[in-house]
Amino acid sequence: MAHDSTQTSTADHAHGEHDHHHEQNFWQKYIFSTDHKVIGIQYGIVSLLFLFLGFILISCMRWQLAYPGQPLPILGNLINDLYGGADGIMTPEIYNMFGAMHGNIMVFLAIVPLGFAAFGNYVVPLQIGAPDMAFPRLNMASFWLFFVGAILIFGSMFIPGGPAQAGWTSYSPLASSVPTNGQAYWLVGLVILIASSLLGAVNFIATIIQLRAPGMTWMKMPFFCWAQFVTAFLLLLAFPPLQVAGIMQLFDIVFDTSFFLPTGLIIGGQPAEISGGGSPVLWQHLFWFLAHPEVYVLILPAVGMVSEIITNNTRRPLWGYKTLIYAVMTLGFLSFIVWAHHMYLTGMGTVISTFFQTTTMIISIPSVIILTCLFLTLWGGSMRINTPMLFALAFLPMFGIGGLTGLPLGFSYSDLYLHDTYYVIAHFHYIVAPGTIFAFFAGIYYWFPKATGRYMSDYWGRVHFWLSLVFMNLIFMPMFLQGLAGMHRRMYDGGVTYAGTATPEEGVVGILTKYVEMNQTISIAAWCLGLSQIPFIINFFYSITNGKKVESPNPWKATTLDWQTPTPPPHGNFDGPIEVFNGPYEYSAPGTDDDFLPQNVKPSKGGDTTSAPSTEPVPAK
Amino acid sequence: MSADHDHDIKSHIRTYLIIGAALFVGTVLTVAVSYVDFGSHAINVAVGLLIATVKASLVALFFMHLISEKTAIYLLIGSAFFFFVGLMGLTIWADKNPPNRTQNLQLEQKVAVTEGHSHSEDGDHSNDH
Amino acid sequence: MEIPYTVKPRPDTGVYNAKIGIWLFLASEIMLFGALFSSYIILRITAPEGTWLEGVLNVPIGFGNTLVLIASSVTVVMAWASLKLNNYKAFQRYMIFTVLCALTFLLVKSFEYNEKFHHYEVWTTDETDNRFTGHFDKEWLSEQKAAYKARVAEMDAQYQAALSEWSSSDKSTDAPREPDYPKITFFTLTTAEIRDLSSFLGFDSVIFEKEHKHAYKYAGMPEVDDHAHHDEAGHEGDESHAEGGHGHHETLTIPVGNIKRASAFIPSHSTFFAIYFTLTGLHALHVFLGACVLAYFVFCNRRMWKEDPDRLANRVEVGGLFWHFVDLVWIFLFPVLYLL
Repeated sequence: MAHDSTQTSTADHAHGEHDHHHEQNFWQKYIFSTDHKVIGIQYGIVSLLFLFLGFILISCMRWQLAYPGQPLPILGNLINDLYGGADGIMTPEIYNMFGAMHGNIMVFLAIVPLGFAAFGNYVVPLQIGAPDMAFPRLNMASFWLFFVGAILIFGSMFIPGGPAQAGWTSYSPLASSVPTNGQAYWLVGLVILIASSLLGAVNFIATIIQLRAPGMTWMKMPFFCWAQFVTAFLLLLAFPPLQVAGIMQLFDIVFDTSFFLPTGLIIGGQPAEISGGGSPVLWQHLFWFLAHPEVYVLILPAVGMVSEIITNNTRRPLWGYKTLIYAVMTLGFLSFIVWAHHMYLTGMGTVISTFFQTTTMIISIPSVIILTCLFLTLWGGSMRINTPMLFALAFLPMFGIGGLTGLPLGFSYSDLYLHDTYYVIAHFHYIVAPGTIFAFFAGIYYWFPKATGRYMSDYWGRVHFWLSLVFMNLIFMPMFLQGLAGMHRRMYDGGVTYAGTATPEEGVVGILTKYVEMNQTISIAAWCLGLSQIPFIINFFYSITNGKKVESPNPWKATTLDWQTPTPPPHGNFDGPIEVFNGPYEYSAPGTDDDFLPQNVKPSKGGDTTSAPSTEPVPAK
Repeated sequence: MSADHDHDIKSHIRTYLIIGAALFVGTVLTVAVSYVDFGSHAINVAVGLLIATVKASLVALFFMHLISEKTAIYLLIGSAFFFFVGLMGLTIWADKNPPNRTQNLQLEQKVAVTEGHSHSEDGDHSNDH
Repeated sequence: MEIPYTVKPRPDTGVYNAKIGIWLFLASEIMLFGALFSSYIILRITAPEGTWLEGVLNVPIGFGNTLVLIASSVTVVMAWASLKLNNYKAFQRYMIFTVLCALTFLLVKSFEYNEKFHHYEVWTTDETDNRFTGHFDKEWLSEQKAAYKARVAEMDAQYQAALSEWSSSDKSTDAPREPDYPKITFFTLTTAEIRDLSSFLGFDSVIFEKEHKHAYKYAGMPEVDDHAHHDEAGHEGDESHAEGGHGHHETLTIPVGNIKRASAFIPSHSTFFAIYFTLTGLHALHVFLGACVLAYFVFCNRRMWKEDPDRLANRVEVGGLFWHFVDLVWIFLFPVLYLL
C-alpha cells in the first residue's frame, strides 16, 4: 500500500484523523483507491454512464424502427461521419452495430457492474461488518481491468470499420466474417472484462466467507449478501468458458483458425480460405453456458436489494428468510444446467431438448418462491411509502411479468414460434429494465444517504418513478403483441417490408399493419422514458451537495450493519470492534424501545427470546 | 509444539518424495501403454485418461494437501468439478443427439448424390421438407 | 484499519484469506481448462473424416517436459516444507530449482513450437487429394527472401526518390503513389503469400523437401506408405535409406498453380493445431506467470522472512498451490495431445 508522507490536510476530512494512517492525496483517495466504498462508487459512476450510452444507442435504433429510412435527428450527421451513409439515414450496418453494442454495453458494462460490483462493493463489506474487502488491492485491480476492457469495447465504436455487428451473442461464423476489426476489439475487451469479473468474484466470496463480523453466522447474514454470494459463484464458474470461447473466436479472426468455422464455409460467394472442421454450435454452447447464469447475475443483486428495502419499509421481518436462501442457492445451482434452452432452434435433438426443457421448468420454482416470499413480506405490514419503496414495490410485478412470460420460451414447442421475435425482447427486458433497473434505482435512493449523508428529493423521486413506470410498460407491453404476431426482432426496417395489408378474414399476409404501427408508440415511449430520467439525474447531482441532511447515521431505522456505522462511513468502516447478536430483520421486535433491533445491539434481558445471541459455534462452511 | 511440528513436516517430506517418484513412474507408464494396442482406440483413451487421473489425484491430494483440507474447500472444488462435468457431458450429449432435420438433410443429400444431382442446388432444401 | 485473517487462519473456517482466495481462483481455472478440454473433445468427435491429426507431436520432448514439470512440483512443495522447518537456505535452493525447471519447460516448448512453425503440409491438385509434409528447400527459400528484400528495397528507394523530387517541385502533378508490394514476413508462408510471392518475384514453382513418410496420420484414414508409391514411380533415391530422420527427404519441384493449399503446422493448419496451440499456449502462459511469482518470492521477499516468516510461508503455500495446478493440467495435456 502506498504511503504518502506529505500531509495534505483537507478540511472536510475530519474523520481521517482518528485513523493511524497518513492522509492520502487526491489520486490515492478517489482514483487509485483500495477502499471498497470508493471502488463501489467508481463502478457505479462508470456503469451509470454506460447505461446512459446504451440507452442513446437504442434511442437511435428506435427512430429507424418507427420512421424507417428517414433522417435521424440530432445524431444523424455524427453517425454518417463515423460509419458512412448519407443524409443522416441509418444504414443496415449501423443498425447492426448499434444493436450489438446496445446489448454488449447494457449487459457487460452497465447492469452487471452496477448491480454486482457497485452495490456489492459498497454494501457487502458494510453489511457483514468487515473493515474492507479481503483483498483491497485486488479489488482496485479488478476495477481498473474493468475500465480497460470497457474502454476497449466502447472505443471500438470509433475505429475505422466500426464496432462488432453480430449481435451481443456473436454467433460464429457470422461474427468471424463481418468485415470489421470491431469484433476483435470486443473479444479482447471481453477477455479483460472477464478477468476483472473473476478477480471480483474471488474477492467477494473470500470476503463473505472470511470477514464476517464475530457473531455474524451464515443464517444471520442479510439476504442481499446471500444474493451477492451466489452471484459471485455464478460469475466465478460460468465466466471462464466464455473467456475460452472469446479467446478461440479471437484466434478465428486473428490467426485464421477454424474453431467455430465448418468445412466448406462460403463467405460472400467465395469459399473461405480456412482449414474448416470446426463446430459453430460449440460457440453457442460455451456462450450460453455463461449467458444463462448471467441472467441470474443480472437479477439476483436486484432481488437482494429489493428484499432489504421492502423489509425496511414494511417494518416486519423478511418472510421465509431461510427459504429464500435455499431458493437462491438452488437457483444458482440449476442455472448451470439450463443453458441450451436458448438453442432449441440451433441444432439439438428431441431428447436433449427435453432435458433442458425440464430443467428450465424446474428452475422456475425457486424463482417463484423468491417472488412469493417477497410478496408475503408485504402482508399486513404498515408500509412506509417513499421513493426506494415505490421502486422496490414496482419491481415485484415487473419481475413477475418478465418471469412468467419466460415460461413459453422455455418450452421447446412454443419457443419454435416465439424464438427471435419481439416477444423475446419484451420478456427479457421486463426482467432487466423495469425489473433490475428499478431495483437499482431503489438501491440508489436507499443507499444515497449512506454514501453522502444527504437524502435525494422524495418529490422528484416520485415524479421519476411514476413517469418511468408508465413509459417502461408502454415500451415493452406492445412488444409482446408484436412478437405474438410473429414480428422478427432483427428486422432493420421494423417490419415494414412484411407489413400485410390484408384483413384476417382474407388470410393474413405478413404482419398486420397495426403491429408495425405500434413501433411508433413504442419509440415515442422510449424517448419519453429517456426524458423522465432527467429529474433523476438532476436530483442525483443536486442532492450530493444540497440535499436534505440526514438526522442520524441510520435515517431509515434499519437493522443491518451498514446503517450502524457513521454516515458516510470512514475508511475502515466501523468506529470500533463490532459484534452481531441478532438476525438481520428484527423489525417490530417485541420488547424494544424503537420498533427495530439492530444486529449489533444486545437484546435486553427478558425481552425478545428468539434473537438471543447464539452460543453455538459458528458452523464451518 | 516445534518438535512435533518439525516431525510432522519431516514425515510430509517423505510423502512428497514418494509421490514424486510415483508420478515419474506414472509418466513412464502413460507413454508405455500408449504403444500397446488394447484392441480399440476407445480403450486406449480410457487407459491413458485413467493413468492421468490417478497422477492428477496424487498431485491434488498430497502436494495440494487436499487429503486434509477444510470442508469449504472440498465444497468449492467439488462444485467446480461438477459444473465442469456438466458442461462437458451435456455438450457432448447435445452433439450426440442431433435434430431430425439434420438427419433428413443428410439423407436428401445422399439421395441427390446417387441420382447424379450436383450439390449446388441448395434452393430445393427449403421447399421439400 | 487491519484486514483480519491475512496470516492466521479464521477459527471457524480454518483457513486464511489468501488460501480461500487461491482455491476460488483455481475453481475458476478448472472451468477455464475444463471448457477448453470440452472444446477439444467436441472438435475431435465432430471432425469431418480425414481432418483430425494424430501422432504429429514429438513424444520424447513431451515426455521430457512432463518430467521437468513434475520435478518442479516436487521441489516447490519441498521449498514450502523447508520454510516450515525454518531452513531458508534450503527454501532458496528448492525454489530456484523450481524456477529453473519452469524456464527449461518454456525453452523446450518454444523449440517445439518453432519446429512446427517451419514444418509444412502441401495439398496439390495434380492428383486427387495428394498431400505431403516436409519443408521448403532452405537454399531456395533464402534466395526468394533475399530477392524479395532486394525488390522491396529497390521499390522503396524509387518511391523515396520520386517523393523528394515531387516535394521539391511545384507540386502541380499528383504525388507519387506508394509502392504496392505484398507484405510478407517469411515467418511462415501461407497459400496466399506463396501465390503473391510467385507473381511478385516471377517464379513458377516452389522447391519442396518432401518427407517420405507423413509426419502424422489422419484419424480414420489408413497410414500413408509412400515407399510403395515411390517404388512404382521409380523415384526411389538413395537418400530414403539414409540414417536418421533428416535423410528421408525427396526434393520436389511443385508448380505454384498446382498448390491447392500450403500451410505450416500453425494454428490455422487444422483444428487440431488450433486447439493444440491454444491449450499449450494458455498453459505456457500459466507457467510463465507462475514462475514470475515464485521468482518474486525467492528473490524479493527476503525481508519478509525476517519480519513475518508465517506470511512468507503462506505466500509460498499459495504460490505452490497454483504451481501444482499448472502441473496437474499438464498431466492431462500430455497424454491427451501427444499420445491418445
